[in-house]
Amino acid sequence: MASHMTDSIQPEKRQSLTQKFANPTRFMALSGQVLPWSLIAAACLISYALYLVFFVAPDDYQQGQTVKIMYIHVPAAWLAMMAYGVVAVSSFGLLVFRHPLADVSAKAAVPIGAAFTLIALITGSLWGKPMWGTYWVWDARLTSVLMLFFLYLGLMTLRSSIEDELLASRLTAILALVGVILLPIIKFSVDWWNTLHQPSTGFTSSVHSSMRTPLLISAVGFTLLFFSMHLKAMRNEILRRRVKTLTLAEVDRQSRG
Amino acid sequence: MTAFFRLVVRDLELAFRDGGALGTALGFFLMVVAMMPLGLGPDLNLLSKLAPGILWIALLLSALLSLPRMFESDFDDGALEVIAMGPLPLELIVIAKATAHWLTTGLPLVLLAPVLGLLLNLDLASAPLLVTAMILGTPAISFLGAIGAALTLKAKRSGLLLALLVLPLYVPTLIFGISALTNQILNTGGAGSSLMILSAVSLFALVLGPIASAAALRAQMQ
Repeated sequence: MASHMTDSIQPEKRQSLTQKFANPTRFMALSGQVLPWSLIAAACLISYALYLVFFVAPDDYQQGQTVKIMYIHVPAAWLAMMAYGVVAVSSFGLLVFRHPLADVSAKAAVPIGAAFTLIALITGSLWGKPMWGTYWVWDARLTSVLMLFFLYLGLMTLRSSIEDELLASRLTAILALVGVILLPIIKFSVDWWNTLHQPSTGFTSSVHSSMRTPLLISAVGFTLLFFSMHLKAMRNEILRRRVKTLTLAEVDRQSRG
Repeated sequence: MTAFFRLVVRDLELAFRDGGALGTALGFFLMVVAMMPLGLGPDLNLLSKLAPGILWIALLLSALLSLPRMFESDFDDGALEVIAMGPLPLELIVIAKATAHWLTTGLPLVLLAPVLGLLLNLDLASAPLLVTAMILGTPAISFLGAIGAALTLKAKRSGLLLALLVLPLYVPTLIFGISALTNQILNTGGAGSSLMILSAVSLFALVLGPIASAAALRAQMQ
């Protein structure tokens, strides 16, 4: 019964690169080695960015201290969208190539992406109060990011409300691919509609390097943090599935003997 | 093509013989609109300003009520599998069912909307525009709703889940459906661009809805 979980390493004949890494056992070994280092690197980068933010970077001449929210808000908003990218690519991998690991990746990325979306929304509204005079405005960027948060919630709820796990993962993947239309809307909402939220400055020269450097380091640090958490969640999910398979096998054995 | 039309006619007949579905949606629409002045106060000026928004939201909620039934009964009694074995691809079956849903739910609700607008002191001159915007916009409700209906067939608490999945997809329709009217009311430019975007959203839904719903149905019929 547990055919897809007997993940001994197959002889490496005509295996593509993705097939090699899609093997759960090899993934567990490799991610186990990578994880501590990526976590340490993320911790170092984020602490260094925080040091720069609080002791080196200047206050904005208009916004004062509140500009420091940016160093959390911008990476969180970036990760909210990148996490959805990971969910969408993994869902595509599940529906087209039927990789079991793609489903593990999609399932693991959703709660993390939802958390970063929530962080972006909360820091944004805390930043909006002193700058715009209100916690929330219904402008295009805020509304579309809120929709992204609802979409994440929908993905989690849909998966948890279908009992058959295989079916749940396929239906969730279909919903995730439908939701991809939201990404360009979020990205270009500030360009298409003239709204309160400022357009992206990117990492261009319009931001002075004393602020750009900490922002960049913070963004890289948080991205590494995302990938570390994603790897950890994937490992947990694989272990959970193995435990489930073993439990079922044990129940099966007991009922026979 | 005859198979397609026969399927639409079959679903229409089922809906009319069943009877209850249409009445419930219209009754719910009426109740939501009637509750609004009680909640917001009977100020006629305020109501006429809010009327397009109230009508659109009430219409979305009423259409949502009948969405779970789009595939449910045919899926439960196996009729959907029999139809799927016929000459029609599953995508066309979804289009037929969503069209039938629009004809039995979306269209009657739209036709009732200007009448309910009277309760909200909606300017009669803007009623034709309201109906136009709703006719252009409501197909998106049926075709995007089909995705939610197909995804939640085997889910627990499917009704609530369906609302959670589908309502975010309705946001563009809602925004541009209302902006078509508020532009008119405030005399700030024509409603043409809003109507065009509404139609674009509906056309987009006409493509995306059947593909995604058919994929979801296939996954569940295996």
